[in-house]
Amino acid sequence: MIPEFGHFALIIALLFSLIQAGTPALYRLNGNSAYLKLNHNAAYAQIGFVILSFFCLLYAFITKDFSVAYVAENANTHLPLFYRLTALWGAHEGSMLLWVTVLGLWTFAVTIFTNKISNYDRSLILAVLGGLSFGFILFILTTSDPFARLLPNPPLQGQDLNPLLQDPGLAMHPPMLYMGYVGFAVAFAFAIAALIKGEFTRVWAKQFRFFVIGAWCFLTLGITLGSWWSYRVLGWGGWWFWDPVENASFLPWLVGTALIHSLLVTEKRQMLKNWTLLLAICTFSLSLIGTFLVRSGILVSVHAFAVDPNRGKFILTYLFIVIAASLGLYAFRAHKLQADSKLTWFSRESFVLFNNLFLFVAMLTVLLGTLYPLIIQALGLGKISVGAPYFNSVFVPLMLPLFFLMGLAPLAKWRQMQWRKLLKSLVVSFVCAAFLAILFPLIWQHHTTVLVTLAVLMAFWIVINSFFALMRNWQAKKKMLGMFIAHVGLAISILGVTFASSFSVEKILRMQPGDQVKLASYQFVFKKLASMPGPNYQAIAGVFNVFHDHKKIATLMPERKIFQHDKITTSEVAIKVGLFRDLYIALGEPLNNAANNSAWAVRIYYKPGVRWIWYGGLVMLLGGLVALYERRRTYANL
Amino acid sequence: MHPIRKKRLITITILLSGLLLAIGLVLYALSQNINLYYTPSQVDAGQAPKQHLFRVGGIVKPGSIHYADKGLTVEFALTDKKHLVYVRYHGILPDLFRAGQGIVTQGHLNTKGEFVADQVLAKHGATYMPPMVAQELKSKT
Repeated sequence: MIPEFGHFALIIALLFSLIQAGTPALYRLNGNSAYLKLNHNAAYAQIGFVILSFFCLLYAFITKDFSVAYVAENANTHLPLFYRLTALWGAHEGSMLLWVTVLGLWTFAVTIFTNKISNYDRSLILAVLGGLSFGFILFILTTSDPFARLLPNPPLQGQDLNPLLQDPGLAMHPPMLYMGYVGFAVAFAFAIAALIKGEFTRVWAKQFRFFVIGAWCFLTLGITLGSWWSYRVLGWGGWWFWDPVENASFLPWLVGTALIHSLLVTEKRQMLKNWTLLLAICTFSLSLIGTFLVRSGILVSVHAFAVDPNRGKFILTYLFIVIAASLGLYAFRAHKLQADSKLTWFSRESFVLFNNLFLFVAMLTVLLGTLYPLIIQALGLGKISVGAPYFNSVFVPLMLPLFFLMGLAPLAKWRQMQWRKLLKSLVVSFVCAAFLAILFPLIWQHHTTVLVTLAVLMAFWIVINSFFALMRNWQAKKKMLGMFIAHVGLAISILGVTFASSFSVEKILRMQPGDQVKLASYQFVFKKLASMPGPNYQAIAGVFNVFHDHKKIATLMPERKIFQHDKITTSEVAIKVGLFRDLYIALGEPLNNAANNSAWAVRIYYKPGVRWIWYGGLVMLLGGLVALYERRRTYANL
Repeated sequence: MHPIRKKRLITITILLSGLLLAIGLVLYALSQNINLYYTPSQVDAGQAPKQHLFRVGGIVKPGSIHYADKGLTVEFALTDKKHLVYVRYHGILPDLFRAGQGIVTQGHLNTKGEFVADQVLAKHGATYMPPMVAQELKSKT
């Protein structure tokens, strides 16, 4: 019965979302404010029923109701409860339900955190969100019903959740990513409502920015978790592959970051209004493209699910409607939003504009590399893939000037500024940064390269200048702490990326118990093999002792798990985590042949600074949260 | 020319040339880093490039996986149920690599006509089939 409740709840939610989307138009027709009330109540009801539906599916997973096809495909009785819960978004249908649920949560957030705008304004935003909700619920009901039953003969046992997904990092990765993706739906709704109203006030920009920062925080966390997961689980020691699906999450992040900054200019200077709206539309469209790329199965990717093409067509249609309608509206209404002041070259707003351009162009190059194989294939010119070197050689040069601007912008003043006044402190910070850039890699790694020096220079340049800006504005009680923390976070990530990609040492070799190998200044001794049973798998572990300066510093036990259900093997890497370096061992396949049967393929890495990549991500998240807190405080004094 | 117009012209020229330079560099980088995809039948028919890197996808033929006595070299055959390509790979195979699984490899042909792979990509899920491989198999039957 419960799964049917879930299904009906979704149908009812569909109806409410239609009311939610339509009521502001009725209000405009006859001015009866009851329609606005209806709009809000319909939104609450829609959210309630979507969440009810979500819990019905969750209940089916908890009770192991294998008569529900989706549960039977993604969980079995041996799966621990935690992974049964997270299995809900382990495949297509459930993750779409999660999408709509997250949209409901954001809609609810809109009803709470927009107390400074009128009921009509809020109802416009809710209406846009209702329309988006309608499309997605319709998508679930028509093409991917998670409540479909396997009756009258339900299986006694379900299949297993994809073993690669049975990991705490990945379990939380999709919800965070979706909170980010879908959060940009709120930004989109703000933009559309501004276009409909034909005005974009300061208060509007403030409220708008609050949600953009919120969504950005979740997306940052989601990407960080995803990167950390691929590092630990995929066994290649990599933290970013320029995989199409990773790019799909990175594209909205780049433009979302640009949006946060352009909104600041719109708020403070009443400028770049059109650009901001275009960025908001763009960010959400990229989130949708991301969903489309992942869910349509048209990509050869680590993450792509095999799904039927109807879903792809539906999402593509949805995408088309959203983009065409919003850009159409933009074309007709954007001229109404005039800037109140003119742009001057040497000012904070112009630096932010340039930062936006770099981020946008960076996004376009990544988008091009991601879609290029699809375009070529659609044109019938062959099947290709674009390799990681493309992204590295195009993306990195774009980032360097961006980082340079990141150092300048916080120090620059709004409106017109004088160069001379800044010059002294800029020279000081540049010299300090250059000094550190030369010294830091030499002390840590005893050698350096041009690119490393440049990247480290930029990282310290950002940190020092942001610190100056923070100090300078501290007395003025300007809210810059969030900015400072987020920029420092990025600098930490830059250092991590630089060191991990320039100074990692890797060895892939054949080893049998008793063998040893030296890597960087560490000695790895393969002691023995051990077998370890698990709840739904059997594992073999290699026991490695690691020595440094003849002192034993760790025992690492990389495993190879064989899952009972479908005999899939996964390897569980073992990592000795450190602030300055990771030691990483992955056990490959047994190299069995007639001559020898105890040798294993082993992969060993020394990775300096790799943690910093994710620490930086977390610090950026913290910066976002502090900025949110600052916004709330400022906002109360408005 | 009016000084404001002149200034504008210079700005636009700089922006445009920057843009053109960027587009040129991007397209160059792209052309250097694309990998064409071939099926075992196409490789067998000699359609694959001799010098360039390219990708081959297919099913790992059961019983064809062979590990060398020393080192990490492994050999296996990829099939599209019509023709075979012998693949030689030095390194660790991905977890989901096994006989009967659809995979994609990237590498080049050596003088003996063997495919020397520097990347082997096996994807999520036991039932997942790379779309290119699936399409090829479908068109064969």
